[in-house]
Amino acid sequence: MTHESESLVTRRVALIGAAGVTAFGILPLPVRRAEATPATMKAAIHQVIGESPVHKGKVTLDIPPLVENGNTIAMSVAVDSPMTETNYVKAIHVFNEKNPQPNIISVHLGPRAGKAAFSTRIRLADSQNVVAIAELSDGSLWSDTVEVIVTIAACLEYN
Amino acid sequence: MARTLINVPPKAKRGQIIEIKTLISHVMETGYRRNETGAAIPRDIINLFVCNYNGTEIFRANLHQAIAANPFITFFTVATESGTLEFRWTDDNGQVETASAKITVE
Repeated sequence: MTHESESLVTRRVALIGAAGVTAFGILPLPVRRAEATPATMKAAIHQVIGESPVHKGKVTLDIPPLVENGNTIAMSVAVDSPMTETNYVKAIHVFNEKNPQPNIISVHLGPRAGKAAFSTRIRLADSQNVVAIAELSDGSLWSDTVEVIVTIAACLEYN
Repeated sequence: MARTLINVPPKAKRGQIIEIKTLISHVMETGYRRNETGAAIPRDIINLFVCNYNGTEIFRANLHQAIAANPFITFFTVATESGTLEFRWTDDNGQVETASAKITVE
């Protein structure tokens, strides 16, 4: 009998404990994580290039698909364009889905570039899609999307 | 403000496409990090980079927080004439850093 009641108490304590943990898990924590979403990325794209339709192709976005350290990732963008006075790339914009800010970089070029390409190093806070959009001199828009897996995210470290 | 490193070929043939590499030391503080007391570290990034070739703008980049610390940017241009390439970086505090490189076009 003694033994039985003891085990009951233990079980009750365990149940209360479990309920507590569950409740705590459900409670909205007062920590606000700044994060862009695919929707905010769309809004950012809309803000930069407007309503015009974006075609797939012509743009090559080069980022390693699997990245160990999100704090510095080599990225290069190249656009297939003859870069003549009448047919050239005006601008290249790069966006992300899940960093606190959806914009990465916007570069402006002209026919004097000779080659519509640039490279830089970026930060990514999470595994996500990165989108590059090129704006051509005739007003058409072309894009490329790359899914990047990041194992150690940027932006989360404390000083 | 910062140290810069520029790589421009010293000589090029007229009409040749040359690659320009630029690097500047800068923390590119995102504004999302906190220090050990929990206070937010204010945003401080280079937001604009411009390259002029003999006074004509050939490349301009608007940078955001997603650019890694010590921004490294490479791009291309057609070697049209001998002269100077000027590079200008502007940060959130309005500080401007400049660098230049000479090129001889044959």
